[in-house]
Amino acid sequence: MTAATANTDSLSWYEASARQRIDALVDPGSFVEFIGPEQREMSPHLAIFDLPEQFDDGIVIGRGRLDSSPVFVAAQEGRFMGGAFGEVHGAKLTGLLRAARTLRQDVLILFDTGGVRLQEANAGELAIAEIMRAIVEARRAGVNVIGVIGGRAGCYGGGSLIAGTCSRLIVSEQGRISVSGPEVIETNKGIEEFDSRDRALVWRTMGGKHRYLIGGADAFVDDEAQAVRQAAIDALEVTRGYGVANLEAEQSRLERRLQRFGAARDAVDVWQALGIDKPTDIPALPTDAFLAAANNRENADDAR
Amino acid sequence: MTLDDILAGLFPNGSDIGVAGAMISGTAVLAGAGLVHVLGITRGQPLGVDEAIVLARRVIEIIKSGDRAPILFLVDSSSQRMSRRDELLGLSEYLAHLAKALLLAEAEGHRTVGLLYGGSAAGAFIATALATGTLVALPGAHPAVMDLPSMARVTKLPIDVLKAKAEATPVFAPGLENMVQTGGIHLVLDDQSPLAPQLAAILERPQAPDQRDRFGAERGGRRKAAEIADRVVMLAASAPQGAQHG
Repeated sequence: MTAATANTDSLSWYEASARQRIDALVDPGSFVEFIGPEQREMSPHLAIFDLPEQFDDGIVIGRGRLDSSPVFVAAQEGRFMGGAFGEVHGAKLTGLLRAARTLRQDVLILFDTGGVRLQEANAGELAIAEIMRAIVEARRAGVNVIGVIGGRAGCYGGGSLIAGTCSRLIVSEQGRISVSGPEVIETNKGIEEFDSRDRALVWRTMGGKHRYLIGGADAFVDDEAQAVRQAAIDALEVTRGYGVANLEAEQSRLERRLQRFGAARDAVDVWQALGIDKPTDIPALPTDAFLAAANNRENADDAR
Repeated sequence: MTLDDILAGLFPNGSDIGVAGAMISGTAVLAGAGLVHVLGITRGQPLGVDEAIVLARRVIEIIKSGDRAPILFLVDSSSQRMSRRDELLGLSEYLAHLAKALLLAEAEGHRTVGLLYGGSAAGAFIATALATGTLVALPGAHPAVMDLPSMARVTKLPIDVLKAKAEATPVFAPGLENMVQTGGIHLVLDDQSPLAPQLAAILERPQAPDQRDRFGAERGGRRKAAEIADRVVMLAASAPQGAQHG
Protein backbone atom coordinates (compact mmCIF):
# COMPACT_ATOMS: atom_id res chain seq x y z
CA MET A 1 0.00 0.00 0.00
CA THR A 2 1.38 3.39 -0.87
CA ALA A 3 1.13 6.22 1.60
CA ALA A 4 -1.78 8.47 0.84
CA THR A 5 -0.78 11.90 -0.26
CA ALA A 6 -3.11 14.83 -0.23
CA ASN A 7 -3.32 18.05 -2.15
CA THR A 8 -0.88 20.37 -0.47
CA ASP A 9 -2.11 23.66 -1.91
CA SER A 10 -3.55 25.95 0.70
CA LEU A 11 -7.30 26.30 0.49
CA SER A 12 -9.55 28.42 2.71
CA TRP A 13 -12.27 26.13 4.08
CA TYR A 14 -14.54 29.13 4.50
CA GLU A 15 -14.20 30.20 0.88
CA ALA A 16 -14.23 26.73 -0.68
CA SER A 17 -17.20 25.04 -2.31
CA ALA A 18 -18.55 21.72 -1.05
CA ARG A 19 -16.78 19.86 -3.86
CA GLN A 20 -13.49 21.66 -3.28
CA ARG A 21 -13.68 20.75 0.40
CA ILE A 22 -14.17 17.06 -0.35
CA ASP A 23 -11.34 17.08 -2.91
CA ALA A 24 -8.99 18.64 -0.38
CA LEU A 25 -10.11 16.45 2.49
CA VAL A 26 -9.95 12.90 1.15
CA ASP A 27 -7.05 11.07 -0.50
CA PRO A 28 -6.64 12.28 -4.12
CA GLY A 29 -8.82 10.46 -6.61
CA SER A 30 -10.56 8.38 -3.94
CA PHE A 31 -13.95 10.06 -3.91
CA VAL A 32 -16.93 8.33 -5.52
CA GLU A 33 -20.17 10.31 -5.41
CA PHE A 34 -23.60 8.79 -4.77
CA ILE A 35 -26.53 10.33 -6.69
CA GLY A 36 -24.34 12.95 -8.28
CA PRO A 37 -25.54 15.98 -10.23
CA GLU A 38 -25.80 13.92 -13.44
CA GLN A 39 -28.77 12.15 -11.81
CA ARG A 40 -30.54 15.51 -11.50
CA GLU A 41 -32.25 14.62 -8.25
CA MET A 42 -33.46 18.11 -7.54
CA SER A 43 -35.91 19.50 -5.05
CA PRO A 44 -39.48 18.89 -6.23
CA HIS A 45 -40.65 21.83 -4.13
CA LEU A 46 -38.66 24.91 -5.12
CA ALA A 47 -40.57 25.40 -8.37
CA ILE A 48 -43.68 26.19 -6.30
CA PHE A 49 -41.77 29.26 -5.17
CA ASP A 50 -40.30 30.03 -8.60
CA LEU A 51 -36.85 29.35 -7.20
CA PRO A 52 -34.02 27.71 -9.16
CA GLU A 53 -33.09 24.13 -8.32
CA GLN A 54 -29.60 22.68 -8.18
CA PHE A 55 -28.77 19.25 -9.66
CA ASP A 56 -27.35 17.94 -6.37
CA ASP A 57 -29.83 19.82 -4.13
CA GLY A 58 -26.95 21.46 -2.29
CA ILE A 59 -25.25 18.41 -0.82
CA VAL A 60 -22.53 16.10 -2.11
CA ILE A 61 -22.34 12.60 -0.63
CA GLY A 62 -20.20 9.57 -1.33
CA ARG A 63 -17.32 7.40 -0.28
CA GLY A 64 -13.63 8.12 -0.21
CA ARG A 65 -10.44 7.36 1.65
CA LEU A 66 -8.89 9.40 4.40
CA ASP A 67 -5.26 8.53 5.02
CA SER A 68 -6.09 5.23 3.28
CA SER A 69 -9.06 4.40 5.54
CA PRO A 70 -12.48 4.14 3.91
CA VAL A 71 -14.94 6.84 4.97
CA PHE A 72 -18.28 8.21 3.92
CA VAL A 73 -18.39 11.96 3.34
CA ALA A 74 -21.22 14.46 3.08
CA ALA A 75 -20.61 18.12 2.25
CA GLN A 76 -23.27 20.82 2.26
CA GLU A 77 -23.05 23.65 -0.24
CA GLY A 78 -23.69 26.83 1.71
CA ARG A 79 -23.99 28.88 -1.46
CA PHE A 80 -27.15 27.07 -2.55
CA MET A 81 -30.18 28.04 -0.45
CA GLY A 82 -27.82 28.70 2.47
CA GLY A 83 -27.02 24.98 2.68
CA ALA A 84 -30.49 24.42 4.09
CA PHE A 85 -32.07 21.01 4.59
CA GLY A 86 -34.83 20.14 2.15
CA GLU A 87 -36.39 16.78 1.37
CA VAL A 88 -33.84 15.46 -1.14
CA HIS A 89 -30.85 17.14 0.52
CA GLY A 90 -31.76 15.61 3.87
CA ALA A 91 -32.63 12.16 2.51
CA LYS A 92 -29.19 11.87 0.89
CA LEU A 93 -27.56 12.32 4.29
CA THR A 94 -30.07 10.03 6.02
CA GLY A 95 -29.30 7.28 3.51
CA LEU A 96 -25.55 7.74 3.95
CA LEU A 97 -25.87 7.39 7.74
CA ARG A 98 -28.09 4.32 7.47
CA ALA A 99 -25.49 2.76 5.17
CA ALA A 100 -22.72 3.70 7.60
CA ARG A 101 -24.46 1.83 10.37
CA THR A 102 -24.91 -1.33 8.28
CA LEU A 103 -21.40 -1.25 6.83
CA ARG A 104 -19.71 -0.04 10.05
CA GLN A 105 -17.96 2.76 8.22
CA ASP A 106 -17.12 6.16 9.68
CA VAL A 107 -18.76 9.34 8.39
CA LEU A 108 -17.56 12.91 7.97
CA ILE A 109 -20.24 15.58 7.74
CA LEU A 110 -19.01 18.93 6.43
CA PHE A 111 -21.69 21.29 7.70
CA ASP A 112 -22.53 24.56 5.96
CA THR A 113 -26.14 25.32 6.73
CA GLY A 114 -28.68 27.85 7.91
CA GLY A 115 -30.95 25.00 9.07
CA VAL A 116 -34.30 23.98 7.62
CA ARG A 117 -35.16 25.16 4.11
CA LEU A 118 -38.34 27.13 4.71
CA GLN A 119 -39.83 26.45 1.27
CA GLU A 120 -40.03 22.78 2.31
CA ALA A 121 -39.97 23.29 6.04
CA ASN A 122 -41.90 20.19 7.13
CA ALA A 123 -39.83 17.88 4.95
CA GLY A 124 -36.62 19.56 6.15
CA GLU A 125 -37.58 19.36 9.81
CA LEU A 126 -38.40 15.65 9.49
CA ALA A 127 -35.16 15.04 7.62
CA ILE A 128 -33.27 16.50 10.56
CA ALA A 129 -35.10 14.22 12.99
CA GLU A 130 -34.37 11.22 10.76
CA ILE A 131 -30.70 12.16 10.47
CA MET A 132 -30.35 12.50 14.25
CA ARG A 133 -31.91 9.09 14.81
CA ALA A 134 -29.67 7.57 12.12
CA ILE A 135 -26.57 9.11 13.76
CA VAL A 136 -27.44 7.72 17.19
CA GLU A 137 -28.07 4.27 15.68
CA ALA A 138 -24.81 4.39 13.71
CA ARG A 139 -22.85 5.49 16.76
CA ARG A 140 -24.35 2.67 18.81
CA ALA A 141 -23.03 0.30 16.16
CA GLY A 142 -19.52 1.70 16.74
CA VAL A 143 -19.40 4.16 13.86
CA ASN A 144 -17.67 7.53 14.33
CA VAL A 145 -19.62 10.49 12.98
CA ILE A 146 -17.34 13.52 12.76
CA GLY A 147 -18.67 17.00 12.06
CA VAL A 148 -16.65 19.82 10.53
CA ILE A 149 -17.90 23.38 10.94
CA GLY A 150 -16.18 26.28 9.24
CA GLY A 151 -18.28 27.31 6.26
CA ARG A 152 -19.87 30.56 5.20
CA ALA A 153 -23.36 29.63 6.32
CA GLY A 154 -22.18 28.34 9.71
CA CYS A 155 -24.18 25.59 11.38
CA TYR A 156 -27.55 26.93 12.44
CA GLY A 157 -31.01 25.71 13.35
CA GLY A 158 -31.59 21.99 12.95
CA GLY A 159 -28.07 21.68 11.57
CA SER A 160 -26.71 22.62 14.99
CA LEU A 161 -28.79 19.86 16.60
CA ILE A 162 -27.39 17.34 14.14
CA ALA A 163 -23.92 18.59 15.05
CA GLY A 164 -24.84 18.00 18.68
CA THR A 165 -25.40 14.31 17.97
CA CYS A 166 -21.99 13.78 16.32
CA SER A 167 -19.21 11.95 18.16
CA ARG A 168 -16.60 14.67 17.52
CA LEU A 169 -16.70 18.21 16.16
CA ILE A 170 -13.92 20.10 14.40
CA VAL A 171 -14.31 23.89 14.17
CA SER A 172 -12.45 26.82 12.75
CA GLU A 173 -12.75 30.36 14.06
CA GLN A 174 -15.24 31.05 11.26
CA GLY A 175 -17.46 28.14 12.26
CA ARG A 176 -20.56 29.39 14.02
CA ILE A 177 -22.83 26.99 15.89
CA SER A 178 -26.18 28.18 17.16
CA VAL A 179 -29.83 27.12 17.11
CA SER A 180 -31.42 30.54 16.56
CA GLY A 181 -29.48 32.80 14.25
CA PRO A 182 -28.70 36.40 15.22
CA GLU A 183 -31.40 37.80 12.93
CA VAL A 184 -33.99 35.35 14.27
CA ILE A 185 -33.32 36.35 17.87
CA GLU A 186 -33.38 40.04 17.01
CA THR A 187 -36.59 39.73 14.98
CA ASN A 188 -38.40 37.80 17.70
CA LYS A 189 -36.97 39.31 20.88
CA GLY A 190 -35.72 42.73 19.90
CA ILE A 191 -32.42 44.42 19.29
CA GLU A 192 -31.86 44.77 23.06
CA GLU A 193 -31.69 40.98 23.29
CA PHE A 194 -29.41 40.53 20.31
CA ASP A 195 -28.04 43.09 17.87
CA SER A 196 -27.46 41.00 14.75
CA ARG A 197 -25.40 43.77 13.14
CA ASP A 198 -22.88 43.63 15.96
CA ARG A 199 -20.58 41.15 14.22
CA ALA A 200 -18.15 40.98 17.15
CA LEU A 201 -21.05 39.91 19.38
CA VAL A 202 -22.07 37.23 16.86
CA TRP A 203 -18.55 35.79 16.63
CA ARG A 204 -17.87 35.72 20.33
CA THR A 205 -21.28 34.24 21.21
CA MET A 206 -21.54 31.61 18.46
CA GLY A 207 -18.10 31.41 16.85
CA GLY A 208 -15.60 28.57 16.83
CA LYS A 209 -13.33 29.97 19.53
CA HIS A 210 -16.11 30.25 22.09
CA ARG A 211 -17.50 26.83 21.21
CA TYR A 212 -14.05 25.28 21.58
CA LEU A 213 -13.47 27.01 24.93
CA ILE A 214 -16.72 25.77 26.49
CA GLY A 215 -16.32 22.22 25.18
CA GLY A 216 -18.83 22.62 22.36
CA ALA A 217 -16.18 21.41 19.90
CA ASP A 218 -13.24 19.05 20.24
CA ALA A 219 -10.67 20.38 17.81
CA PHE A 220 -9.90 23.94 16.73
CA VAL A 221 -8.14 24.39 13.41
CA ASP A 222 -6.98 27.13 11.06
CA ASP A 223 -9.32 28.01 8.23
CA GLU A 224 -7.35 25.77 5.94
CA ALA A 225 -8.29 22.49 4.27
CA GLN A 226 -5.11 20.58 5.20
CA ALA A 227 -5.59 21.51 8.86
CA VAL A 228 -9.13 20.14 8.67
CA ARG A 229 -7.86 16.98 6.99
CA GLN A 230 -5.29 16.35 9.73
CA ALA A 231 -7.88 16.98 12.46
CA ALA A 232 -10.27 14.55 10.76
CA ILE A 233 -7.57 11.88 10.58
CA ASP A 234 -6.87 12.40 14.30
CA ALA A 235 -10.57 12.30 15.18
CA LEU A 236 -10.99 8.92 13.50
CA GLU A 237 -8.11 7.32 15.38
CA VAL A 238 -10.27 6.18 18.27
CA THR A 239 -13.53 4.33 17.74
CA ARG A 240 -16.12 5.35 20.26
CA GLY A 241 -19.32 3.50 20.86
CA TYR A 242 -22.39 5.20 22.24
CA GLY A 243 -24.40 4.26 25.27
CA VAL A 244 -25.75 5.36 28.61
CA ALA A 245 -22.24 6.10 29.92
CA ASN A 246 -21.74 8.75 27.21
CA LEU A 247 -25.14 10.21 27.94
CA GLU A 248 -24.40 10.43 31.67
CA ALA A 249 -21.01 11.99 31.05
CA GLU A 250 -22.61 14.61 28.82
CA GLN A 251 -25.28 15.28 31.42
CA SER A 252 -22.57 16.01 34.00
CA ARG A 253 -20.64 18.13 31.55
CA LEU A 254 -23.64 20.24 30.57
CA GLU A 255 -24.81 20.62 34.18
CA ARG A 256 -21.33 21.77 35.12
CA ARG A 257 -21.41 24.33 32.32
CA LEU A 258 -24.64 25.81 33.66
CA GLN A 259 -23.18 25.96 37.16
CA ARG A 260 -19.96 27.60 36.03
CA PHE A 261 -21.22 29.97 33.39
CA GLY A 262 -25.00 30.16 33.79
CA ALA A 263 -24.87 33.70 35.15
CA ALA A 264 -22.46 35.04 32.52
CA ARG A 265 -23.70 38.02 30.53
CA ASP A 266 -21.21 37.75 27.72
CA ALA A 267 -18.66 35.33 26.30
CA VAL A 268 -15.87 37.43 27.82
CA ASP A 269 -17.31 36.67 31.29
CA VAL A 270 -17.20 32.96 30.44
CA TRP A 271 -13.60 33.20 29.27
CA GLN A 272 -12.70 35.10 32.44
CA ALA A 273 -14.32 32.39 34.56
CA LEU A 274 -12.20 29.84 32.67
CA GLY A 275 -9.15 31.62 34.07
CA ILE A 276 -7.96 33.06 30.78
CA ASP A 277 -5.42 35.79 31.44
CA LYS A 278 -6.61 38.47 29.03
CA PRO A 279 -10.08 37.35 27.96
CA THR A 280 -10.75 40.41 25.83
CA ASP A 281 -7.77 39.46 23.65
CA ILE A 282 -9.25 36.09 22.64
CA PRO A 283 -10.97 37.20 19.40
CA ALA A 284 -7.74 38.68 18.03
CA LEU A 285 -5.39 35.80 18.89
CA PRO A 286 -3.86 33.75 16.06
CA THR A 287 -4.41 29.99 16.29
CA ASP A 288 -1.20 29.03 18.14
CA ALA A 289 -1.62 31.72 20.78
CA PHE A 290 -5.32 30.92 21.09
CA LEU A 291 -4.68 27.23 21.65
CA ALA A 292 -2.11 28.10 24.32
CA ALA A 293 -4.59 30.42 26.03
CA ALA A 294 -7.25 27.70 25.78
CA ASN A 295 -5.26 25.35 27.96
CA ASN A 296 -7.85 25.41 30.74
CA ARG A 297 -10.86 25.13 28.48
CA GLU A 298 -13.75 22.86 29.25
CA ASN A 299 -13.06 19.59 27.48
CA ALA A 300 -15.79 17.29 26.21
CA ASP A 301 -13.60 14.19 25.81
CA ASP A 302 -16.12 11.41 25.29
CA ALA A 303 -18.94 13.27 27.00
CA ARG A 304 -20.76 13.86 23.76
CA MET B 1 -58.08 19.06 25.53
CA THR B 2 -56.37 20.37 28.62
CA LEU B 3 -53.48 18.54 30.22
CA ASP B 4 -55.73 17.51 33.12
CA ASP B 5 -58.34 16.10 30.71
CA ILE B 6 -55.69 14.16 28.84
CA LEU B 7 -54.14 12.68 31.98
CA ALA B 8 -57.57 11.77 33.36
CA GLY B 9 -58.46 10.14 30.03
CA LEU B 10 -55.22 8.19 29.77
CA PHE B 11 -55.01 7.16 33.40
CA PRO B 12 -58.55 6.96 34.82
CA ASN B 13 -57.28 5.11 37.91
CA GLY B 14 -55.10 8.04 38.81
CA SER B 15 -51.48 8.91 38.34
CA ASP B 16 -48.60 10.48 40.18
CA ILE B 17 -47.64 13.24 37.79
CA GLY B 18 -46.43 16.68 38.79
CA VAL B 19 -46.17 19.88 36.80
CA ALA B 20 -43.35 22.23 37.81
CA GLY B 21 -43.10 25.35 35.72
CA ALA B 22 -43.11 24.22 32.12
CA MET B 23 -42.23 20.63 32.91
CA ILE B 24 -44.28 17.49 33.47
CA SER B 25 -42.83 14.50 35.32
CA GLY B 26 -44.20 11.41 37.03
CA THR B 27 -45.51 7.91 36.60
CA ALA B 28 -48.85 6.26 36.00
CA VAL B 29 -50.31 2.85 35.37
CA LEU B 30 -51.92 2.30 31.99
CA ALA B 31 -54.56 -0.40 31.76
CA GLY B 32 -53.13 -3.22 29.67
CA ALA B 33 -49.60 -1.84 29.63
CA GLY B 34 -48.54 -1.38 33.25
CA LEU B 35 -46.16 1.28 34.50
CA VAL B 36 -45.63 4.28 32.22
CA HIS B 37 -43.16 7.10 32.82
CA VAL B 38 -44.70 10.44 31.93
CA LEU B 39 -42.59 13.45 30.98
CA GLY B 40 -43.19 16.57 29.02
CA ILE B 41 -43.18 20.24 28.37
CA THR B 42 -46.42 22.17 28.79
CA ARG B 43 -48.17 25.55 28.75
CA GLY B 44 -46.74 26.44 25.36
CA GLN B 45 -43.40 27.31 26.90
CA PRO B 46 -40.09 27.55 25.04
CA LEU B 47 -37.43 24.89 25.56
CA GLY B 48 -34.14 26.35 26.75
CA VAL B 49 -30.96 25.03 28.36
CA ASP B 50 -32.49 24.99 31.85
CA GLU B 51 -35.52 22.90 30.85
CA ALA B 52 -33.66 20.55 28.50
CA ILE B 53 -31.10 19.56 31.12
CA VAL B 54 -33.78 18.68 33.69
CA LEU B 55 -35.79 16.61 31.21
CA ALA B 56 -32.66 14.81 29.98
CA ARG B 57 -31.67 13.98 33.56
CA ARG B 58 -35.06 12.42 34.12
CA VAL B 59 -34.78 10.32 30.95
CA ILE B 60 -31.32 9.10 32.02
CA GLU B 61 -32.68 8.14 35.45
CA ILE B 62 -35.41 6.14 33.74
CA ILE B 63 -32.94 4.34 31.46
CA LYS B 64 -30.71 3.56 34.45
CA SER B 65 -33.63 2.18 36.47
CA GLY B 66 -33.60 -0.71 34.02
CA ASP B 67 -37.37 -1.16 34.20
CA ARG B 68 -37.79 -0.85 30.42
CA ALA B 69 -41.18 0.76 31.01
CA PRO B 70 -42.56 2.99 28.25
CA ILE B 71 -41.99 6.73 28.32
CA LEU B 72 -44.88 8.99 27.32
CA PHE B 73 -43.58 12.43 26.39
CA LEU B 74 -46.30 15.09 26.32
CA VAL B 75 -45.66 18.18 24.24
CA ASP B 76 -47.26 21.60 24.25
CA SER B 77 -44.37 24.01 23.71
CA SER B 78 -43.36 26.94 21.59
CA SER B 79 -39.96 26.86 19.89
CA GLN B 80 -36.48 26.74 21.37
CA ARG B 81 -35.89 29.67 23.72
CA MET B 82 -34.57 32.48 21.57
CA SER B 83 -32.14 34.27 23.81
CA ARG B 84 -28.58 35.45 23.89
CA ARG B 85 -27.94 33.54 27.14
CA ASP B 86 -29.19 30.20 25.82
CA GLU B 87 -27.07 30.47 22.69
CA LEU B 88 -24.03 31.67 24.67
CA LEU B 89 -24.29 28.52 26.78
CA GLY B 90 -24.58 26.22 23.77
CA LEU B 91 -28.30 25.55 23.40
CA SER B 92 -27.72 23.21 20.44
CA GLU B 93 -25.84 20.81 22.72
CA TYR B 94 -28.61 20.82 25.32
CA LEU B 95 -31.36 20.19 22.79
CA ALA B 96 -29.34 17.48 21.05
CA HIS B 97 -28.57 15.93 24.44
CA LEU B 98 -32.28 15.66 25.27
CA ALA B 99 -33.00 14.18 21.83
CA LYS B 100 -30.17 11.67 22.25
CA ALA B 101 -31.49 10.67 25.68
CA LEU B 102 -34.91 9.90 24.18
CA LEU B 103 -33.42 8.11 21.17
CA LEU B 104 -31.18 6.05 23.41
CA ALA B 105 -34.09 5.19 25.73
CA GLU B 106 -35.93 3.71 22.75
CA ALA B 107 -32.80 1.81 21.71
CA GLU B 108 -32.37 0.52 25.28
CA GLY B 109 -35.81 -1.06 25.24
CA HIS B 110 -38.13 1.67 26.53
CA ARG B 111 -40.91 2.41 24.10
CA THR B 112 -40.98 6.18 23.68
CA VAL B 113 -44.26 7.71 22.57
CA GLY B 114 -44.63 11.42 21.95
CA LEU B 115 -48.08 12.94 22.41
CA LEU B 116 -48.40 16.34 20.81
CA TYR B 117 -51.45 18.01 22.33
CA GLY B 118 -50.69 21.69 21.75
CA GLY B 119 -48.07 23.60 19.86
CA SER B 120 -44.45 22.87 19.15
CA ALA B 121 -41.97 24.39 16.77
CA ALA B 122 -38.48 24.26 15.36
CA GLY B 123 -35.74 23.11 17.76
CA ALA B 124 -38.13 22.28 20.59
CA PHE B 125 -40.12 20.01 18.28
CA ILE B 126 -36.96 18.22 17.09
CA ALA B 127 -35.60 17.74 20.62
CA THR B 128 -38.83 16.34 22.09
CA ALA B 129 -41.70 15.03 19.95
CA LEU B 130 -39.58 14.16 16.92
CA ALA B 131 -37.03 12.29 19.07
CA THR B 132 -39.58 9.73 20.23
CA GLY B 133 -40.02 6.33 18.59
CA THR B 134 -43.70 6.94 17.80
CA LEU B 135 -45.28 10.37 17.64
CA VAL B 136 -49.05 10.74 17.90
CA ALA B 137 -51.19 13.84 18.29
CA LEU B 138 -54.55 15.00 19.51
CA PRO B 139 -56.93 16.96 17.29
CA GLY B 140 -56.15 20.64 17.64
CA ALA B 141 -52.41 20.14 18.00
CA HIS B 142 -50.51 22.65 15.93
CA PRO B 143 -46.91 21.80 15.04
CA ALA B 144 -44.88 24.25 13.03
CA VAL B 145 -41.37 24.81 11.85
CA MET B 146 -42.03 28.53 11.64
CA ASP B 147 -45.28 30.46 11.70
CA LEU B 148 -46.51 31.85 8.39
CA PRO B 149 -45.96 35.55 9.22
CA SER B 150 -42.29 34.85 10.04
CA MET B 151 -42.01 32.69 6.96
CA ALA B 152 -43.44 35.51 4.87
CA ARG B 153 -40.78 37.82 6.27
CA VAL B 154 -37.91 35.45 5.53
CA THR B 155 -39.08 34.35 2.09
CA LYS B 156 -40.13 37.92 1.23
CA LEU B 157 -43.46 36.64 -0.05
CA PRO B 158 -46.81 38.20 0.92
CA ILE B 159 -48.69 36.07 3.41
CA ASP B 160 -51.65 35.68 1.03
CA VAL B 161 -49.33 34.20 -1.57
CA LEU B 162 -47.92 31.79 1.02
CA LYS B 163 -51.42 30.76 2.08
CA ALA B 164 -52.38 30.07 -1.53
CA LYS B 165 -49.26 27.95 -2.04
CA ALA B 166 -49.98 26.08 1.20
CA GLU B 167 -53.25 24.89 -0.34
CA ALA B 168 -51.28 23.07 -3.02
CA THR B 169 -48.72 21.23 -0.89
CA PRO B 170 -48.31 19.97 2.68
CA VAL B 171 -44.55 20.37 2.48
CA PHE B 172 -43.97 23.75 4.07
CA ALA B 173 -46.94 25.24 5.90
CA PRO B 174 -47.57 24.69 9.63
CA GLY B 175 -50.33 22.44 10.83
CA LEU B 176 -51.23 18.99 12.08
CA GLU B 177 -52.56 17.62 8.82
CA ASN B 178 -49.40 18.63 6.95
CA MET B 179 -47.21 16.92 9.55
CA VAL B 180 -49.31 13.77 9.26
CA GLN B 181 -49.08 13.76 5.46
CA THR B 182 -45.30 14.24 5.48
CA GLY B 183 -45.03 11.27 7.85
CA GLY B 184 -43.87 12.98 11.02
CA ILE B 185 -46.95 12.06 13.02
CA HIS B 186 -47.92 8.43 13.08
CA LEU B 187 -51.61 9.00 13.76
CA VAL B 188 -54.08 11.39 15.33
CA LEU B 189 -55.92 10.01 18.34
CA ASP B 190 -59.71 10.12 18.51
CA ASP B 191 -60.58 12.48 21.33
CA GLN B 192 -64.21 11.29 21.31
CA SER B 193 -63.17 7.78 22.38
CA PRO B 194 -61.37 6.67 25.54
CA LEU B 195 -57.67 7.54 25.23
CA ALA B 196 -56.23 4.75 27.38
CA PRO B 197 -56.92 1.87 24.96
CA GLN B 198 -55.60 3.96 22.08
CA LEU B 199 -52.27 4.48 23.86
CA ALA B 200 -52.18 0.82 24.91
CA ALA B 201 -52.66 -0.20 21.27
CA ILE B 202 -49.72 1.96 20.21
CA LEU B 203 -47.53 0.39 22.88
CA GLU B 204 -48.49 -3.06 21.65
CA ARG B 205 -46.88 -2.47 18.28
CA PRO B 206 -43.39 -3.90 18.03
CA GLN B 207 -40.44 -1.53 17.99
CA ALA B 208 -39.57 -0.61 14.43
CA PRO B 209 -36.89 1.20 12.47
CA ASP B 210 -37.57 4.80 11.50
CA GLN B 211 -40.64 4.63 9.23
CA ARG B 212 -41.43 8.30 8.90
CA ASP B 213 -40.09 8.65 5.37
CA ARG B 214 -42.18 5.62 4.30
CA PHE B 215 -45.33 7.13 5.82
CA GLY B 216 -44.52 10.36 4.01
CA ALA B 217 -44.33 8.47 0.71
CA GLU B 218 -47.52 6.47 1.34
CA ARG B 219 -49.46 9.56 2.35
CA GLY B 220 -48.13 11.62 -0.54
CA GLY B 221 -46.66 14.42 1.56
CA ARG B 222 -43.03 13.47 1.06
CA ARG B 223 -42.73 11.44 -2.10
CA LYS B 224 -38.95 11.43 -2.56
CA ALA B 225 -37.26 11.03 0.82
CA ALA B 226 -37.61 7.26 1.33
CA GLU B 227 -36.68 6.46 -2.25
CA ILE B 228 -33.58 8.66 -2.17
CA ALA B 229 -32.39 7.27 1.18
CA ASP B 230 -32.90 3.69 -0.07
CA ARG B 231 -30.96 4.40 -3.23
CA VAL B 232 -28.04 5.78 -1.24
CA VAL B 233 -28.01 2.70 0.99
CA MET B 234 -27.92 0.50 -2.09
CA LEU B 235 -25.15 2.48 -3.81
CA ALA B 236 -23.07 2.55 -0.64
CA ALA B 237 -23.31 -1.21 -0.29
CA SER B 238 -22.09 -1.89 -3.82
CA ALA B 239 -18.36 -2.59 -4.06
CA PRO B 240 -16.18 0.48 -4.53
CA GLN B 241 -14.66 0.50 -8.01
CA GLY B 242 -10.92 -0.10 -7.78
CA ALA B 243 -10.57 1.82 -4.56
CA GLN B 244 -10.38 -1.26 -2.36
CA HIS B 245 -6.71 -2.07 -2.82
CA GLY B 246 -5.17 1.41 -2.85
